[in-house]
Amino acid sequence: MVEDLKRTPLYQTHVAHGGKIIDFEGWALPVQFTSIIDEHRAVRHAAGLFDVSDMGEIMVEGADSLALLQLALTNNMERGRPGQVIYSPMCNEQGGVVDDLLIYCMGNDRYMLVVNAGNIEKDYQWLQGLAARFSHVSVSNESDDVGQIALQGPNSQAILQELTDCNLDVMKYYHFEDKVNVGGIEGLVSRTGYTGEDGFEVYCKPKDTPVLWEALMANAASWDLVPAGLGCRDTLRFEAGMPLYGQELDDERTPVEAKLSKFIDFTKEEFVGRERLLKQKEEKPKIRLIGFEMLGRGIPRTGYPLLSGGEEVGYVTTGSFAPSLNKNLGMGYVPWELRKIGTDLVVQIRNREVEARVVKTPFYRKGK
Amino acid sequence: MRFPAEFKYTKDHEYINVDGNEGTVGLSDYAQDQLGDIVFVELPEIGQELAQGDVFAVVESVKAVSDSYCPAGGTVVKVNERLLDEPELINQDPHGEGWIMVIELADVADLDNLMDLETYETFVEEVGHG
Repeated sequence: MVEDLKRTPLYQTHVAHGGKIIDFEGWALPVQFTSIIDEHRAVRHAAGLFDVSDMGEIMVEGADSLALLQLALTNNMERGRPGQVIYSPMCNEQGGVVDDLLIYCMGNDRYMLVVNAGNIEKDYQWLQGLAARFSHVSVSNESDDVGQIALQGPNSQAILQELTDCNLDVMKYYHFEDKVNVGGIEGLVSRTGYTGEDGFEVYCKPKDTPVLWEALMANAASWDLVPAGLGCRDTLRFEAGMPLYGQELDDERTPVEAKLSKFIDFTKEEFVGRERLLKQKEEKPKIRLIGFEMLGRGIPRTGYPLLSGGEEVGYVTTGSFAPSLNKNLGMGYVPWELRKIGTDLVVQIRNREVEARVVKTPFYRKGK
Repeated sequence: MRFPAEFKYTKDHEYINVDGNEGTVGLSDYAQDQLGDIVFVELPEIGQELAQGDVFAVVESVKAVSDSYCPAGGTVVKVNERLLDEPELINQDPHGEGWIMVIELADVADLDNLMDLETYETFVEEVGHG
């Protein structure tokens, strides 16, 4: 029941603005305010405001913090300078993905890890386990003390700049500024997001999120800024070819299979999962994540079988009508031999077999 | 939200508008509102025989796949082919242009199991607050 779910401090705001509340990983969050398609298009053409307070924040601190992260993550944290954000999968010994996360390099041996809502406790336990191998590192779950708002879309910079002295013009993609005064509150502002558009994410005290939300919405009409829900959060990231944990990624699928090899640095001599991932990369994985477009009528959905030559060979991880491309598209795992663009596939949709074809991902790139 | 008085309704929020021995079937305004943006409709086939409660169409919104259940038994005599290219008609005009099919009723007694306007309005009120 919705009544049993955790509420962010913005819950009443969402309800007041007509948000349709659903259960998302134990959180009561809006799936949409007016229409998923309208909100999706607003983010592509103007701007949308998201409550992403469900995301988890884990702090890693101490002299051995870099060493712990180098062990836990597939990406190389050595290149992380203070003020920089790095994306990385975190794998288990079998190379399966424990989670995919953002790492904020705070400087002075401090890192903020931003993790998926459904994985907070698992990640925390996993990192605690690895931390036991080091003497000078602490791992703490700060998720309950951090709220987060995402402002996404081409108008984002102009909207946010009106509320802060921080010069956003010089803030590069995947960089951040801490302790910024924004709309009367203090927060960390990063140029990041999960939509394929330019945009910012602000981390602050949970109780400050309604203040910031109202400040951002105060001038909404002149920027065509709309509140946006989970529904378009998913369609936007899907069009942009970004994986979602629980769909494209899980404890069994590896980053090599998920086409995330550029986030694995094999020059690191040791990290959890290295042996299995290296073997997979050298020998080619049995299955690989691909994107496909429906040629026949139908929408692919999570879990639908993918067929080739009359045999079931794979499965759909995410599928949707893509509002910016006006097509029905999907992502899924197929055997390595079937990964190439132009390969014909069949999607089993209920009792129908519908033709599809492998296409390039990401489906959507901004400015194209 | 307003529902036509001459329609009969199911607890799954389909309607049937009976005229003689034929009935036009679709989704109620409440159903389309719950689904959100409708982006795909799988229609029944003309000549298909349906019993009361059979799945006659699959309606998909951006997020959800939803089976639609036949309000009364009969044979499909017409389908709304406009929905193939304009599934959003169900959102825009559920009780009018967004109709899904017309059936020739096999047994008018099936209609006795359905809700009239007043009962349906109370029902929607209850599920809305449930």
